[in-house]
Amino acid sequence: MYAVEAEGLKKSFGDTEALRGVDLKVEPGTVLGLLGPNGAGKTTTVRILTTLLKPDAGTATVDGVDVARDPRRVRARIGLTGQYAAVDERLTGFESLEHVGRLYHLPTKDAKARAAELLERFDLTDAGDRVVKGYSGGMRRRLDIAMSLVSRPAVLFLDEPTTGLDPRSRLGMWDLIEQLVAEGTTTVLTTQYLDEAERLADDIVVIDHGTVIAQGTADELKGQIGGDRLEVSVARVDDLDRTAELLHDRCAVTGAERVDREARTVTIAVSDTHKLVPGVVRLLDDADIEVVDVVVRRPTLDDVFLQLTGRSTESDDDTEGADR
Amino acid sequence: MTTTAATTGDLSPTAPARTREVPRGPVWMWRDTWTEATRHLPAVPRNPDLLIFATIQPIMFVLLFNYVFGGAIDVPGYDSYTQYLMPGVFAQTVLFGSAFTGIGVAEDMQKGIIDRLRSLPMYQPSVLVGRTVSDLCRNIFTFVVMFIVGYIVGFRIGGTVAAALGATFLLLFFSYAFSWVQAFIGLSVKSVEAANSAGFIWMFPLTFVSSAFVSTASMPSALQTFADWNPFTKLTNAARALYTGTNPGADLWYAIGWAVGITIVFSFLASRKYSRTSK
Ligand SMILES: Nc1ncnc2c1ncn2[C@@H]1O[C@H](COP(=O)(O)OP(=O)(O)OP(=O)(O)O)[C@@H](O)[C@H]1O
Ligand SMILES: [Mg+2]
Repeated sequence: MYAVEAEGLKKSFGDTEALRGVDLKVEPGTVLGLLGPNGAGKTTTVRILTTLLKPDAGTATVDGVDVARDPRRVRARIGLTGQYAAVDERLTGFESLEHVGRLYHLPTKDAKARAAELLERFDLTDAGDRVVKGYSGGMRRRLDIAMSLVSRPAVLFLDEPTTGLDPRSRLGMWDLIEQLVAEGTTTVLTTQYLDEAERLADDIVVIDHGTVIAQGTADELKGQIGGDRLEVSVARVDDLDRTAELLHDRCAVTGAERVDREARTVTIAVSDTHKLVPGVVRLLDDADIEVVDVVVRRPTLDDVFLQLTGRSTESDDDTEGADR
Repeated sequence: MTTTAATTGDLSPTAPARTREVPRGPVWMWRDTWTEATRHLPAVPRNPDLLIFATIQPIMFVLLFNYVFGGAIDVPGYDSYTQYLMPGVFAQTVLFGSAFTGIGVAEDMQKGIIDRLRSLPMYQPSVLVGRTVSDLCRNIFTFVVMFIVGYIVGFRIGGTVAAALGATFLLLFFSYAFSWVQAFIGLSVKSVEAANSAGFIWMFPLTFVSSAFVSTASMPSALQTFADWNPFTKLTNAARALYTGTNPGADLWYAIGWAVGITIVFSFLASRKYSRTSK
């Protein structure tokens, strides 16, 4: 049995088709990364799986329980951390956790013990007796996640757990999620960042405009989109096309190179990065092209999109996600 | 990757086995409600400014009406204007106090707290019932403060203690009914700022075009018709009669009827809104 199974999920908000038939399967004990740009339908999917929204069509089960037919039994099996920290600022950290424990119907003693345990675990013990109003963004986020773990959920849902965190808190959050996962918590997490999905998820589902456009492990996806990226910046715009041509011949990887005239860069997928940079610099130098910068970097969500859909994530502004 | 013990989710080595059955029944319904109420109650002493503001405003009204306008206002049937005024101020205080419900609900909505609560296996109606119950507790406190203020400026219970308690109960029942109106507004507007204005504006005509501060007989006839049928007039008249020790007559039944009706209609509307809306 799958920990989460969804079939043909559809949801519209007025004229906006947020989901156009999404299928998902999550093996117990694994992490599914739901990857997509703003407005892709990530939150909508999570909201349906966590019983907050009813789908227009399709079915879903969580831990074997149907979300539409038996929402309360589903709720007893899940933990949800929404996209925006949902913490009551008037309560202390301890009270917040105890409150959730009581709503999961734990005996008061257990609710208190669990609250203390989670504060400790999430490095919030010192702040536990302070009201949440004075917490930093990272602390709120940690408390928020702690709240979704109170009942030791069978499936944990994390909607963009690191969006809005500074780089250090972000790394801390990754460590934390990795620990949870190592303990075997089945997790569904959404993200806009490929590196995050790659690091945390066993399986990745890429969605865009409410449809699944690719899925597989990080390696499988990278295989599909052709590995790392070589990015060359040149001084003169006129040299861009020559550069693209030369790089194409040199690197010989299928898939188009991308030319950005404004940034004066050429980006190309590469498979073998061994001694690549010096070779490329020499090659371009011989061709009398003035090179400003050459870098090899991991593919980003944008590269995935360009490869899979032929367009960049930023270039489609038809979604309302922009107002977030 | 572990694939055994998949359905329990308690895969962490330290996790005790735990059933995932959802307890049901009226006892649990009440427990969830009380748990929700206790989420709001500690906030009252923690934000005393809210409470202070909620009592200072009616105290100002007492001073203003009693000492500034009091001499000029003629209330047939009452020797002292204070005796006439105070039940009106009590009624206004508890009515304004109900606005906290709307603001609180909108805030929970805006912050995503309602979404979190909706993802828990609790009795969902407990969210709104707990909120209205806790606001009732807060209103009882403000009422006590106002009663003491009334006593200081010369307000006295003229009838039996039972009648006075009845009047108090009626006032609080009204405030509870209007908490549901406010809950509905809070869920409909979804932002704290909007809940703040949408929750207050209609209360001014409701309380001023009534018999709370002046006799309706002194009003122009169109206003007077509205004022005479205003539920707030019925409430004030009934409470005033009970405090003074006179017979409230039909006003009492109208007042009870309004409170029951508003509670039923708006608790239904608010609950429906709650289960349908989400951020
Ligand atoms: N309650 C709603 N009412 C109207 N439209 C909505 C609602 N919720 C979502 N949408 C629309 O549905 C689409 C999918 O939204 P969703 O929030 O699922 O995207 P997302 O992938 O979570 O994006 P983001 O990265 O911005 O959080 C968007 O076009 C969004 O504007
Ligand atoms: Mg989202």
